[in-house]
Formats: sequence, structure tokens, C-alpha cells
Amino acid sequence: MTTILMYDGSFNGFLSAVFIKYEYKMQQVRIRKAAFTSKNLFDSIEEVITNDKKAERVWLKLKQKCSSKGLSFLYKAYLSEIIGGEDLMLKFIEIALQSEKCIASDYSSPVVLKLSQIAKKIHREKHRMEAFVRFKQTKDNIYFATISPDYNVLPLICSHFEKRYADQKWIIYDEKRNYGLYYNGNHVIIVKIDFKKDALSSQNKALFYTRDESDFQVLWKSYFKMTNIVSRKNTKLHLQHVPKRYWKYLTEKELY
Amino acid sequence: MNYERIKEKLDILADAAKYDVSCSSSGSTRTNKNKGLGNSSSSGICHTYTEDGRCVSLLKILLTNHCIFNCAYCVTRKSNDIKRAAFKVQEVVDLTIAFYRRNYIEGLFLSSGIFKNPDYTMERLIGVAKKLRLEENFNGYIHLKSIPGASDELMREAGLYADRLSVNIEIPTEKGLKLLAPDKDRKDFIMPMNKVKNEIIQYKNDKRKFKNTPLYAPAGQSTQMIIGAGGETDAEIMYSSAYFYKQFNLKRVYYSGYIPISYDERLPAIGTEVPLLRENRLYQTDWLLRFYGFDIRELLTPEHPNLDSDIDPKLSWALRHLDLFPLDINKADKFMLARIPGVGLKSVNKIIQARRFRRLNWDHLKALGIASNRAKYFILCNSGEYESKDRTAAQIKGLILQNSTSKFRKTFDQQLNLFNSIN
Repeated sequence: MTTILMYDGSFNGFLSAVFIKYEYKMQQVRIRKAAFTSKNLFDSIEEVITNDKKAERVWLKLKQKCSSKGLSFLYKAYLSEIIGGEDLMLKFIEIALQSEKCIASDYSSPVVLKLSQIAKKIHREKHRMEAFVRFKQTKDNIYFATISPDYNVLPLICSHFEKRYADQKWIIYDEKRNYGLYYNGNHVIIVKIDFKKDALSSQNKALFYTRDESDFQVLWKSYFKMTNIVSRKNTKLHLQHVPKRYWKYLTEKELY
Repeated sequence: MNYERIKEKLDILADAAKYDVSCSSSGSTRTNKNKGLGNSSSSGICHTYTEDGRCVSLLKILLTNHCIFNCAYCVTRKSNDIKRAAFKVQEVVDLTIAFYRRNYIEGLFLSSGIFKNPDYTMERLIGVAKKLRLEENFNGYIHLKSIPGASDELMREAGLYADRLSVNIEIPTEKGLKLLAPDKDRKDFIMPMNKVKNEIIQYKNDKRKFKNTPLYAPAGQSTQMIIGAGGETDAEIMYSSAYFYKQFNLKRVYYSGYIPISYDERLPAIGTEVPLLRENRLYQTDWLLRFYGFDIRELLTPEHPNLDSDIDPKLSWALRHLDLFPLDINKADKFMLARIPGVGLKSVNKIIQARRFRRLNWDHLKALGIASNRAKYFILCNSGEYESKDRTAAQIKGLILQNSTSKFRKTFDQQLNLFNSIN
């Protein structure tokens, strides 16, 4: 019989579930987010209450057993939100705790290899978001951007933007996960915004954004067009670097 | 700010600047100071890609396309009948800041046609960088062009504000330069390059003694060569490139397939295809020199002055040195692993880390992501089956080509047929 440990979806929640698995010496365990749990007839479900102290103990133990690379694999796999990713993370933890040396570089182990590949995907998405965020200047003088990344990368890109745009207020809002980062000139806070219907649609542009904003958008689009070399046209390569799913957030790919 | 006028200038001066391929924004160590604007990313960030697939990382523009020189290969040459324009210093500053704040760019790449004289031009370029750094507290990336013939004092100043400096050789050989750019002297390129090199060495020495030595061109210097304009062989290009890497500690040499822009008889006619495949092979060779520990004399020789178009240069080298293979993947050192066709540096590192845990077999290698189609003829691993069956180089090459697809295939279909018939 498999026990399903149901956690609240937070990283500490996941680590608490790991703690419980070891505390009660459970053998067959699957860890699932509360939202994704479906019940099989013979499974027993147990709810995990997130406990920061227990989570920290697991994390400290992992730190002894694993390099920072291994820890970042786990955190990134968590941010990937891949269904069933927890099973892989748990397997990784089990092997790591048993092993004498750090297993994070054992690319010949299927578990480590798979986890490293997931981590790489998240890293790519993080890098893309650092590139593809397009701020628009609002009348309140806040630079505002919306994104909907494939993975939950806001926690990973936060410090990059904080360091870079230290002298302007900005918001990066994840539409898919409905939360955002707001930098108020001093530090970053996590915000949830209830947008009015159609608030972000193009008809309402003039309402929120400055006059300068649309002028600079025109200049940027025009720059983007002029810097292209027609005789080297390579649509395949273009699409590989700028996949279509990102276009709606890219000023230069908007139609005039 | 008059947007209409700015847009017109931007159109002209971005269009003129696009033939400079360098767009990297990596390698700088500049960090945000006093809560200013900008912070460099050491790996660089490509914010978007044009429809030709080239990255857009920097706002790449000319300060002006007025030019006193008449180099045949250049669109802004004096005799070309095109619209001319010039930015004011403040206009470039405003545009850079506005684009940077919106996360469009990593910074500015400012080049210029040469007006009045080299020093006058260089002074204007430095003016822009200085204003960005001192008045706007801008810590993003700045790449300035070193104007051939600019004085040492100005090159010293330029490096204090710029992250990277570059001067384009354009034509790889001196005889080509004489033919296509008779007003230019190679010495004028070398002079600023040499000054910057010495300043960087000086900076590194001072830095050891005084912690607060001001940064000097932290991302080093680079250059660019045009490919296929002057009729040089690949060997001439790459030996020249190797010389510049060694002599001036360059960070990068860029190769730019010549885009026909002129009816000049000395150059390929308008409508000639851009030599993209050749450009690609030269970059592969460049990587082999910089990261894979190859010496240029191993890859190109007087008897072998051009790179193969149908296979990559590493495979080509390996086929000429079959006596060194097959290598045992579980024993070979890093240096030799990097020489196996189809195994890149990332795979080399993974192999070295993974083989500490167990002996690797074909399944491991494939899962790691090596290009086994090419690699399998050159390696042994923890498995009974291997592909070394005393094949000749031509046979191996034929087999590899048979099982591979390349977007450039149509360019070398002729050769393919020939090898198929051997097998």
C-alpha cells in the first residue's frame, strides 16, 4: 500500500513531507500537492502540516550530504511544478542520504541525470525571463511588466532585477500564477493584484501608460526592424531563439 | 525630444551599424553603484533576436554615418550615395537610458563613421560613454569602437568608461586591405589595439597593489574580419586570427560573411549568396583554438589551406589522425576527450564527473547527450561492441554523412553522392 503525503504546495511543505516520511519510516511514499491529489482505492492519504523547523532540519541534513549544485537541482525541480516531480526529488534525496559522496555530479545515474535536465529547463526559462521582460512606464511612474513563464521562475529572477533596476520602481507580474514582484525603491515585496476586466488590453493603453511610453515603443520596434539583415533571413533560427509563446509580451513582436 | 527626427536618425544609423556582428554583452565585472541604474550580467543576455537569427543584446548604432574614408566593402563609404545623419551626444544618452529602463537592452554599442579626423571622432564617442557613467550613474554595458588612428591618451580615457573596446581589421590580409581600403593603413588599427592591451595589463598589475584602481575595459577587446570579400583562404584568415588572439590578448574575433552592398568590381557582385556555411566553419575552428586546446597548425596547413565544407573541422582533424583513436572514454584525459568528434566540452565535464561513480557504457554516453553518430567511430567504452573495424577515413566520413542531416546539405550534395558510391 502506498501512502500519499499531501502538502500545501510550498517548498517547506515538501521538505516537511520528507521529514514525516523518515520520522515514521514509511516505505512506499508519494508526495503530492493538495491540488493534484487523486485517490486510488488502496492508497491512504495523509495531510502534511508545513513545519518550518522540520523543513530546515531536512535542508541542513541535505547540505551536509550534497553540494550546492544538488540543492539547486532540488529547488529548481520544485519550481518546475512538473506533476510527479516530487517522486524524482524524493528518490534523489533517498540516494543522497545513503551515499558517502555527493551524488549531484553522478550523471550516469538516471535519477540525477533526469533531475539535472529538469533543473536546466528551469534555468533556461529563468534566463529567458531576464531577457524577455518588457517594462512599460505607467503614469504612476512604475515600470510594469507581465509575464506567464512555463515554470515558476519569479523567485529566481528577483535578485537580478533588484540589482539592475535599483533606482526605479517596478512590477513583474506572473499572469499564469497570479502573483508578482513589486520593487518600491527599497526592497521587493510579493503582491497579488485583482485586475479589472480588460485592464491589460491594448484599448486601455492610453489610460495607464505615459505618452513617452508609446513613443519609445515605436522607436524600439523600428530599431528592431532596421537591425535585421534581409539577405541573411533565417526564420527557423529566429523561432528557436524567440518561441512564439513569448511573442505577446514582446514589444518588438507586437503588430503596429 | 523630437521623436520624428530621432526615429529618422535611428533608422539610418541602426541600419548602417548592423553589419558589425559583435553584440556580446558578457565578461564585464561592473556592478551597480550607489543605487544607480544597471548591473552587468557576466554571462550576457540576448534580449531578442532579429529575423535573421542574430541576437540583439545592445543598442547598436553609429554616432554618424558621415565618413571621410572610402573603403570598398563598407556601406558608409564616402562615395556611396546614401542618406547621412548624425546623433547629438545627449540624444544617444537619452535613447540608451530609455531602452535600458524598459529592459530592451544590456547597454550600448557605439560605433561611428570617421568625420574630420580620428581623434575628433573618438572624443565624441568617449563623450557619450562619459555622460552615461558620470551623469546618469549608468552601470550597464558599453562597447565603444576604437577609431583607427586615435591617439593613446584618448584610448586610455575610453577604457575608463567602456566595458569593451574593439577595432575592426575587416580585411584579414595586408594585400587585401591595400586593394579594398587604400586610404587605410594597418598600423592605424594596431596602434589603438596595442595601447588598450598595455592598459589592461597595467590595470591588472595595479589592481593587485591598489584595491580602488578604476576599472579599465573589463570585458577586454575584440575585432571583426569580413569573410569572402578579398579572396583569402581559410588558412590566411585563421592564422591572422590566431596572431591577433596571441599578440593582443583579444577576447573575441568575429567573422562576418560578406554581404554584397556595392557594384564595385573588386568585390563579389550584388546578389551573391552570403557565405554562411563558411562563416560557421570558421567559428567552429575559432572555438577549437580557444577552448579545445587545438593549435592552428593542426587544423590548417599549406597542403590543407581550406576547411572542409561537408564536415566540421574537429571531425576533419580526427580523420587525418586515425592513429590516435579509438580512445577509451573511461581512461582518456580531459585534453584527449575534448578531441573526440561529437563530444563537446560540456559532455567532457559530465563524462569526467560521471566516470568517478562507475564505468560508462553506450547507454550512459547517449543519455549524457554526446553525438554518438560521429563519436562512435572514435571511442571504446564499457561494452563489448564498438565500431572500430579498421575502416579508412573515407569510409568513416561516408558513413557519418549518410546518417546525418544538415541544413547546409544542398550546398554539398555533390560530395555526398560521391561517398555513397564508394560504400
